[in-house]
Amino acid sequence: MRLTLVLGAGLTAAFLGAALLSFLWTPEPVSGVNIAARLHPPDSVNLLGTDHFGRDILSMIMVGARTSLGVAVVAVAVGMGFGVPLGLWAAARAGGWLDEIIMRGNDLIFAFPSLVIAILITAVFGPGAVNAIIAIGIFNIPVFARLTRSGALSLWQRDFILAARVSGKSAPRISIEHILPNLTNLLIVQGTIQFSLGILAEAGLSYVGLGAQPPVPSWGRMLAEAQTMVAIAPHVAIVPGMAIVLMVLGLNLLGDGLRDALDPRLKDRVP
Amino acid sequence: MWLFALTRLTSLAISLLVASVVIFLVIEVAPGDPASYMLGLNAQADTLAALRAELGLDVSRPERYVTWITGMLSGDFGLSYTYRTPVSQMIADRLWVSLPLAVYALALAVLIAFPAGLFAAARRGRAGDIGVMASTQLGIALPNFWFAMLLVLVFAIQLRWFSAGGFPGWESLGAGIKALTLPAIALALPQAAILTRVLRSSLLDTLDEDYIRTARAKGLTRRQTLWRHALRNAMIPVLTIIGLQFSFLLAGAIIIEQVFFLPGLGRLIFQSISQRDLIVVESVVMLLVFAVILVNFLVDLAYAAIDPRLRTQR
Repeated sequence: MRLTLVLGAGLTAAFLGAALLSFLWTPEPVSGVNIAARLHPPDSVNLLGTDHFGRDILSMIMVGARTSLGVAVVAVAVGMGFGVPLGLWAAARAGGWLDEIIMRGNDLIFAFPSLVIAILITAVFGPGAVNAIIAIGIFNIPVFARLTRSGALSLWQRDFILAARVSGKSAPRISIEHILPNLTNLLIVQGTIQFSLGILAEAGLSYVGLGAQPPVPSWGRMLAEAQTMVAIAPHVAIVPGMAIVLMVLGLNLLGDGLRDALDPRLKDRVP
Repeated sequence: MWLFALTRLTSLAISLLVASVVIFLVIEVAPGDPASYMLGLNAQADTLAALRAELGLDVSRPERYVTWITGMLSGDFGLSYTYRTPVSQMIADRLWVSLPLAVYALALAVLIAFPAGLFAAARRGRAGDIGVMASTQLGIALPNFWFAMLLVLVFAIQLRWFSAGGFPGWESLGAGIKALTLPAIALALPQAAILTRVLRSSLLDTLDEDYIRTARAKGLTRRQTLWRHALRNAMIPVLTIIGLQFSFLLAGAIIIEQVFFLPGLGRLIFQSISQRDLIVVESVVMLLVFAVILVNFLVDLAYAAIDPRLRTQR
């Protein structure tokens, strides 16, 4: 469906644009405290209202998008950076002991409750954006490794790979020159899904105080700070939550749309 | 079937062993010595040594690992560094909140997802299907802790139907269930959205199979084929997700417990981390991993019960 692709791409672009714009300009500085203007509901001056320090929530959301997107992007890059080579390697040695070790290792990571381990990692090594990235990134590795392996396994059976082998190319070279380019679509789609999961995970970690630390604004911590004020100023809690929902929704729709657009076999199928 | 169960059991044991080593090592590399943390900066060297001996910290790492793991096997999780009470007792107390919460949330998720998934699959491509799928997109994008805050805002603060947090204990069953209702809904809804999508797509896959056409050709109605033939065959991926979700709910309750100030395993982990009560952290994490691996094992067995073809496979 074209609509999902357009809607998803639009939402994603809007947040990405806001995050990039925040480097140059925000409606108001996010470090300024103005107690006189605290907890103002949305009006013409502060489009999304102000928080308990009188900071402009729209500006906070824009800068917070930087944190959310940044952590999630790097976490996906970590997952792809380790997972894809491991998956390619396992597929090239399919059935061998190396394949077995890589896949059992993946199973093991899957068995860990990811949130608990993320909390453990950030608790042991200290809270902060970098440790949040590592904690989220580790759980992306088996996802990409499995996906790459299963995709590569079926490609290895194809005639053009046989031709490449006959022409004397080594397994690593075939994996990079012929297998990987054919997996790009699959990886892009999974990448957007992991990206959205990363945003949710980052928000969760920041909410419990283990993500990006003050004064760096993050959506999760905005929600944590809003919790005690939800009765008197609901907008303080509603706005950051909406930002998370829209961002995640946008990425999920983008993923769905890309899958349909990139896989011609799905085009004629009723969704 | 027995061979199948045995091979799965072996892999369960290996997973647990590796997991326990990993958890032990992560905790071991954590900076800070629990004994010096407990005694503060001005501790005397001999007091420190005595406490280290008492806590069993003065022996080598492999020895400590063996003591910890053999203790766990016999139900002795050691003494909390902070409270000097048995860790097993602390966990047992908290489990009475976290476990019912996870079961409650899973039950809600299944109760929502099955009708929704069947409804959508039966109306593939029509308005009802599109409506259900759009709602699931929204459900998946919902951070459960934010949804929990909204539930508190509406049902506790505005309508005053439920309390905003806390747990009265199980002396009164009704009060206990009531206190867990909002947290369970917050946990269940995003999971129900995922489950609905899986059930629907799994049903649609089976509805394309030849035996469904045969069933229709011999005169069964669409509804009858859906219930009698498609649902059972669509259950394998659905069971996988339910299994994964149970462990997710058990562990995922950590954040929700923070929102509702529930005295469950999640709060125990956070308290123990901030007090550097590492033996408690270690044991709770190990227990959660054990629960996840055990549930996956049971799901594997359930596959074999549903699909006899899998029993002969390795």
